[in-house]
Amino acid sequence: MTRHNVSPYATVMDDSQLTGRPIVLAGAGPYGGDLEIDEPLVTGGKKWTDVDRDICMHAEQFPTKKWWIAFSVALTGLGVLVFALITLFYSGMGILGVNHPVGWGSFIINFVFWIGIGHAGTLISAVLFLFRQQWRTGINRAAEAMTLFAVACAGIFPVIHLGRPWFAYWLVPYPNARGPLWVNFNSPLAWDIFAISTYGLVSLVFWYIGLLPDLATMRDRATHPWRKAIYNAMSFGWNGSSRAWRHYESAYMVLAALATPLVFSVHTIVSFDFATSVMPGWHTTIFPPYFVIGAIFSGFAMVITLMTFMRGYFGMKNYITLNHMESMAKILMLTGMLVGFAYSTEFFMAWYSGSEWEGFVFKNRAFGPYGWAYAIMFTCNAIIPQVFWFKSMRRNTLVLFIVSILVNVGMWFERYVIVVTSLHRDFLPSSWGMYALTAWDYAFLIGSFGLFFTLFLLFVRFLPVVAISEVKGVMDPKVARSIPPRASAAPQEA
Amino acid sequence: MQASTPSTPIYGVMAEFRSADALLEAGGRAYREGYRVLDAFSPIPIHGMAEAIGQADKKVQRAVLAGGLAGMAGGFGLCTWTSTTEGIGGIMSGYALNVGGRPLLSWPAFIVPTFETTILFAAITAVVSMIAFNGLPLPYHPVFNVERFRDHASQDGFFLCIEAADPKFDAEGTRAFLQGLGAREVNDVAH
Repeated sequence: MTRHNVSPYATVMDDSQLTGRPIVLAGAGPYGGDLEIDEPLVTGGKKWTDVDRDICMHAEQFPTKKWWIAFSVALTGLGVLVFALITLFYSGMGILGVNHPVGWGSFIINFVFWIGIGHAGTLISAVLFLFRQQWRTGINRAAEAMTLFAVACAGIFPVIHLGRPWFAYWLVPYPNARGPLWVNFNSPLAWDIFAISTYGLVSLVFWYIGLLPDLATMRDRATHPWRKAIYNAMSFGWNGSSRAWRHYESAYMVLAALATPLVFSVHTIVSFDFATSVMPGWHTTIFPPYFVIGAIFSGFAMVITLMTFMRGYFGMKNYITLNHMESMAKILMLTGMLVGFAYSTEFFMAWYSGSEWEGFVFKNRAFGPYGWAYAIMFTCNAIIPQVFWFKSMRRNTLVLFIVSILVNVGMWFERYVIVVTSLHRDFLPSSWGMYALTAWDYAFLIGSFGLFFTLFLLFVRFLPVVAISEVKGVMDPKVARSIPPRASAAPQEA
Repeated sequence: MQASTPSTPIYGVMAEFRSADALLEAGGRAYREGYRVLDAFSPIPIHGMAEAIGQADKKVQRAVLAGGLAGMAGGFGLCTWTSTTEGIGGIMSGYALNVGGRPLLSWPAFIVPTFETTILFAAITAVVSMIAFNGLPLPYHPVFNVERFRDHASQDGFFLCIEAADPKFDAEGTRAFLQGLGAREVNDVAH
């Protein structure tokens, strides 16, 4: 490690000058010793006004060709979803692969998959905020948006899985003229409604109040009067007064503190859908922590995928640096190992419980007809992320990108394994059966990605993709702030 | 916001400072000088600013506590009321369901909806109270009449505004006082 005499923050221009290790300032410690400081979170010697320009730029100019290409691909995917939905409503559930004995198929798999992806955003914005992880500022806005869109994708599936989605509002508890018929508050499916809708709403308001100051920045930069008026309305007329910041910070802190238990509760409650049943392979107490860790794991993988695009296509390399990517890789590896530990624990418990059914399910899971799915799951989730023991791998964006995709493939198969393998071998061999996805199952999966990326690209197009006011707060003021004094109004000493 | 009155031809006097530290220092000096109706404006939150100019309060936190408790009582009350009673008839009837003689008040199962409503009510209260205590939405505010403020307040400027509504306010004296604090620029704020 080289020792520096003055802070080199202003001279760090891009990723190539970042090492992921502390900078040592010679003799800057409190007793004259060396002082280690973190590398800058924003590179390129940016000033505050550069931050405003770089981030608002994508919403202020006409979209680039790259954006249109990406958007047309995403929109095609959304078209597939719409077409599949119309066909489903017209023809009925028979177009899907679900049948006896596998009554929960790709819809439940996709639901759990998307809800899982939605966990990283709130984790980054709430948990990392409480832990004072300043690198979150570069990625939290986009990750929160990702959460919202993932929850939107997830929300579709259980509703259409009802079979009669036009009665979906019956799930909401309110005094009604149907008896009245109340939901059964002992049912995990009713808990799901509470958990998912609370999570969606809290994520939405958390994201939106974070946006207020940045929308004000966009308003003040806008030149067209309509644009100014629209952003003014969206920012509620935010003026950045200290009273406003005071209440804003209080609300933000409180929301972070509330969202932290919430983020852990959501997938816990989703796992109750399985764990409170009496199916071998589902009826286990490990499910809540196992699901939560898996959700964080897949969510971070999706954040890495999206951040790779934001760095490459939208020129955010100065704000989402290699150090940010490396931090995420570390979380990915940690959660990957925890997921692998959960897989192993399940096998141990299947043996140690002495339960014949439990033992059979797990042997069948790993070596039965769906052994291939189990192998994909185990390889992608527990083995491949181990490459991140090496710093060179954590700082290689191509490796990060590939691993992040593979992790989400693995996590989709994890839900496939959980849902399908427990169901396809019923208690009586006469009730055994197999499950296969139909073309429509694939259409819904592809279509949900289409919806997700359409929403994400619209977000990138119209809103500040990085939390401007938060990034400014973690920049070194010596580099980021230099307003020339005005000659006519020279300061006077009081 | 102060209404426009003939006795105050201007909304206040605004000074711009070069840094967050300078603004914090100036705000503290103004408060100690006896100014009470004043506000600081910055693109990022400045720690200690609200305390320095006497705006520190815990209104949001208190509102959130009340909202959370209301959500908790509401969630648990809803579960208990609909699951254990016949209600009061009509659409307000309950739905007590006897499942094999198990207790109607199956409170461990109610913890989950109760937890969710607690978080939901508390979070919504946090946002609504933040917006309400800030007086938002605010389509017009006099500070935006200052050009320098319009162009810089949400980007890289630090401003201190002493309002004409302040009992100690005196256009000339306040202007000179702000200049004396090392302001980069001092402007009158029109209504």
